[in-house]
Amino acid sequence: MSVILVFLAVIAGFAGWWLSHQRLMAKPWLEQGVIGDLVGMEGSALPTAKIGLGVFLAVVGCLFALFTSAYFMRMELSDWQALPIPRLLWFNTGVLVLSSIALQCASVAARRGQIDTVRLGLATAGLTALAFLVGQLMAWRELTEDGYLLASNPANSFFYLITGLHGLHIVGGLVALGRTTAGAWNGARPERLRLSVELCAMYWHFLLFVWLAIFALLAGWAATFIDICRQLLT
Amino acid sequence: MVDVTPADAIPPAEVAEVELYHPHSWWTKYVFSQDAKVIAIQYSATATAIGMVALVLSWLMRLQLGFPGTFDFITPEAYYQFITMHGMIMVIYLLTALFLGGFGNYLIPLMVGARDMVFPYVNMLSYWIYLLAVLVLVASFFAPGGPTGAGWTLYPPQAIMTGTPGGQDWGIILMLVSLILFIIGFTMGGLNYVVTVLQGRTRGMTLMRMPLTVWGIFTATVMALLAFPALFVACVMMLFDRALGTSFFMPAIVEMGEQLQHGGGSPILFQHLFWFFGHPEVYIVALPAFGIVSDLISTHARKNIFGYRMMVWAIIGIGALSFVVWAHHMYVSGMHPYFGFFFATTTLIIAVPTAIKVYNWVLTLWRGDIHLTIPMLFALAFIVTFVNGGLTGLFLGNVVVDVPLSDTMFVVAHFHMVMGVAPIIVIFGAIYHWYPKVTGRMLDERLGQFHFWVTFLGAYLIFFPMHYIGLMGVPRRYHELTDVTVMTETAHHLNSFISVMALIVGFAQVVFLFNLIWSIRHGREAGGNPWRATTLEWQTPQTPPAHGNFGKELPIVYRWAYDYSVPGAKEDFIPQNMPGTFGTSKEPA
Repeated sequence: MSVILVFLAVIAGFAGWWLSHQRLMAKPWLEQGVIGDLVGMEGSALPTAKIGLGVFLAVVGCLFALFTSAYFMRMELSDWQALPIPRLLWFNTGVLVLSSIALQCASVAARRGQIDTVRLGLATAGLTALAFLVGQLMAWRELTEDGYLLASNPANSFFYLITGLHGLHIVGGLVALGRTTAGAWNGARPERLRLSVELCAMYWHFLLFVWLAIFALLAGWAATFIDICRQLLT
Repeated sequence: MVDVTPADAIPPAEVAEVELYHPHSWWTKYVFSQDAKVIAIQYSATATAIGMVALVLSWLMRLQLGFPGTFDFITPEAYYQFITMHGMIMVIYLLTALFLGGFGNYLIPLMVGARDMVFPYVNMLSYWIYLLAVLVLVASFFAPGGPTGAGWTLYPPQAIMTGTPGGQDWGIILMLVSLILFIIGFTMGGLNYVVTVLQGRTRGMTLMRMPLTVWGIFTATVMALLAFPALFVACVMMLFDRALGTSFFMPAIVEMGEQLQHGGGSPILFQHLFWFFGHPEVYIVALPAFGIVSDLISTHARKNIFGYRMMVWAIIGIGALSFVVWAHHMYVSGMHPYFGFFFATTTLIIAVPTAIKVYNWVLTLWRGDIHLTIPMLFALAFIVTFVNGGLTGLFLGNVVVDVPLSDTMFVVAHFHMVMGVAPIIVIFGAIYHWYPKVTGRMLDERLGQFHFWVTFLGAYLIFFPMHYIGLMGVPRRYHELTDVTVMTETAHHLNSFISVMALIVGFAQVVFLFNLIWSIRHGREAGGNPWRATTLEWQTPQTPPAHGNFGKELPIVYRWAYDYSVPGAKEDFIPQNMPGTFGTSKEPA
């Protein structure tokens, strides 16, 4: 369970940092009047939707950290046989990186008010994300054709489960991205569009990060890395 | 006394960004409503309804235990199904949903001075997914094979095997699907509760001016958002094991002479995941109760809460600590003794902030002007009950004590006292306290007195003897114990006594339900602020609060939530939104 504890420690660090700016040492019973000269006491200047997404991403991160924890714990048992990582996954990774870059471009363009670039970025991001999903499905098919079935080994089970769950999150993101894209074509208000694009970009970068982490996990590098760390410590 | 008002004019509290959703029809006003107050009532009503099912299940269990052999329809399978559903419903579908979905939705926007939750649409979805989860759960009663009988912890491998009711039928699948739905729904609601506290506070409402109720619900929601994923992961993986034949948790097993297709899995892995959720869950239920009780005591003792800062820190400390104690539920799983030592230590450490809270409640009462209203009675009963349940928790937190007691009724008595009776008592107190705000009328006082005394004394008469028979060695989880040495005549008589008391206490809850419904029309008119309380929900222009909560302008907050009996003030309470500097309230800590 060490992975999830490290993850929670990071969250706790964030929470502690934030709390330390909230005047937890104040003596509210001695203060009357409106505390107005202290910046940030009444919520953050960031848009509420962004904070909401941030909290949601923490929950999603928690979910994948828990799967990682479970993965490591199950891996130590004797019946574990790692499965070969299809080469296609490298290609998929590249596609997902492209998707993230496209959204970043769209986000920058939205800030500058270049609506055509925004549309181009959104469309590219959507298509590349779809390509990623198709690629993942093809990787699954490749593996099943080679006889690495879901139930035949826990390593396979985890592979399908974690990649599947990541894919589902991309699908969910595509719904939001689809709505944003529709808004970009149908003339949504610029500031509203800008926020939506930024939210999509944030979600995409996070899912890219998650994908890189689970790719490292499933390919076995994460385990090697931890082994090296352990040897350095002992 | 410091006046912290800035010299220049105070800007209005309204934020341009807020877009309040306005309902257009009866359907969007009362059914698919995006108003947190309506959603709160929907959550509460659904939770209460399913809670009544769990209450009846507990009656059936007690009938079987108290009078074994009398009721033919309670087969061993049925008994296990009753246990499982009773536990699961009470912990998750009742307590969690009622505290966070019910009280959270109603109180957070009102107490922090917001017009509504920040994402009203998501908030509405949260309720409907919760309702779906409840319906799936109820459906398992009617599925072939009935609901699962795996125990509320759903430990594999037995949870998905033939011998367990629902293991190879629909029961376990529906249970897991229902939990997954609940978690998705809860996450949607939880995002709202957290972000509303972060972003929705009105001008002047700093974190350290929030009522402790909001602090409790806020911290509990953060914990729930981080803990429920563990249950989600466990449920998904178990669902794979059951439906797709994987072996995440399932070891190689020979069942009825046949080798199952599973092999190599780790049941302990499930236990870790489950309790990584399960222990924070105790505090997810307890922290809102702590917060609410603080407000009830302060209001009804007409005194500021003692040690407000300490109370806030304790809430945060308990929240953080509760994530590193989970394995004290697993002392008997054969784990490494050093781990046991570690988790025993963390478990005992958590008693420190908890004890601070208990002392602060008692010190708030000290020399207070105590009004023995029904909410106050329940708050006082909570302190006693929680101390009782907490102390046996310190017993069981030690490995050497837990190992022999783990499988006895002592544990049942402990966790019912600390996370069954104690939070439920707070819920009752809170309902008596806020019912006038929700409906505009008071609950009937005499029925309330009856409900309180029967519930409080009855709960003690149920669970005190249960500690005793636990210490005598009577094991839990058994359908029938007639001819075994631990079942002495005393134990048997006590068991029958407990069962009779359980029926009586259950009846008192029916009276309470009647009171809830009857008082909507026939209760005494309450007025806007019957308890003369300081917090913002009592200062709304209309009672019950109208759509948008605060009329034309949001309130501006000038003081903390506990200005009771301030020397020099005209009345014995100063609402949070009243400007001006008053007297010198004594420093409470």
